[in-house]
Amino acid sequence: MKNVLFIDSALLYEKLVEALGQIYCRPDERVLKLIREYEANETHPLAKDMLQTILRNADIACAEGLPCCQDTGTPVLFIEKGEDLCLCGDDILSTIESALEEGWRKYHLRHSLVEEPLFERKIIKDRAAPVIHWEVVPGEGLKVKLALKGGGAENMAAHYMLPTSTDVDGIVAKVVEHVVGVGGQPCPPVIVGIGLGGNFESSAILAKKALLEPTGREHPDPRYAELEKKILSEINRQGKGVMGMGAGPTALAVQILTAPCHIASLPLAINLDCHAHRHTSFTL
Amino acid sequence: MKTHKISLPLSSENILSLSPGDKVLLTGTLYTARDKAHRRLVDLIQQGKPLPLPLSETAIFYCGPSPIPPGKICGAIGPTTSSRMDTYTPTLLEHGLKVMIGKGERSATVKEAIKQHQALYLVATGGVSAYLSTHVTKFELFLWPEFGAEAIYKMEVVDFPCYVSN
Repeated sequence: MKNVLFIDSALLYEKLVEALGQIYCRPDERVLKLIREYEANETHPLAKDMLQTILRNADIACAEGLPCCQDTGTPVLFIEKGEDLCLCGDDILSTIESALEEGWRKYHLRHSLVEEPLFERKIIKDRAAPVIHWEVVPGEGLKVKLALKGGGAENMAAHYMLPTSTDVDGIVAKVVEHVVGVGGQPCPPVIVGIGLGGNFESSAILAKKALLEPTGREHPDPRYAELEKKILSEINRQGKGVMGMGAGPTALAVQILTAPCHIASLPLAINLDCHAHRHTSFTL
Repeated sequence: MKTHKISLPLSSENILSLSPGDKVLLTGTLYTARDKAHRRLVDLIQQGKPLPLPLSETAIFYCGPSPIPPGKICGAIGPTTSSRMDTYTPTLLEHGLKVMIGKGERSATVKEAIKQHQALYLVATGGVSAYLSTHVTKFELFLWPEFGAEAIYKMEVVDFPCYVSN
């Protein structure tokens, strides 16, 4: 017989509020480290000025208890729930929703979502309306990844169903054309998440998941690691720059995740995140 | 990079002195307006009604602020993507708009209209909203509170840092 682990929903609630408190005011430390490196080597005054501002902001935001970006985004969660884990107390979904709602109140975050997309677009003021991706995994654990995804960078996503004849150079060209083409709109320097393979919807989820990998990590498959490097250097070679102003880095990292796909298909999804890259994870 | 201190309202001498990539430290009154407020402002113009903002003496800041924490002048403030306002901008320029602050590139039509009306589009650094809030000395809800973050907020800024768009 299997062991079942019982976890109190209050613990998940507490952890989520705490996680939100860590990320609303401070971008990913790995992003800040990359920005520090670029800033130290930057010779263009405008790009240097903007990079310094980004670093200064990260310090001010937490000290002042202000969000590092006014767009506190859509809360996006990836949850891996162990099949032998049982949550007692409130159900998992309402625990997540009420924890986010509490975090939104506690940290004075902006309500940025609307009830429906086309007619009234009325702002939702009483809940955080998260996007949640569930996965059931073997074991007893509960792994939660939480991101605050701003709208400006999210709008600059793209999806292609490419012909299978597309080669490595074709993928590089497609991604570079897109990231350079959107210019200053997603708040560069950006993180580029790429979902390659899967099907229509899973490639998009992969691209989002790729964004939440540790920033700047190397892909375990050397062929994809090389592809990531090639795309990154080509994006930066084109010189769109910080905020699209023509100098400094356009992208900080390119991260690819792959999945098996149909013999007829080569799906490519691109999801961008701004330099105010806010995400964290915890395990219960 | 040249740095210019400019006080609103913007003069034509100001515009002539600026080059793309210059830094501008702006002092004066900004009104936030983003997607929804733009739509309503243009609706008012089309209905022949007066505009509720002194467009020519101030600047429009494409921004939806975060709520004000207790004891602060304002919440986090920063630019949103300007291209979403491109549809409405030529109409507002015809009705006196002189200065816009946002992020990202503008359409060819908007660039042309900016030139024609001797107006100015400034880029503020995105995602540095706690830093930008330190340049605000006064902040209030001005119009259309039902829009939430998309309402029009009025703020006084001192040496608010932005850059002349390319």
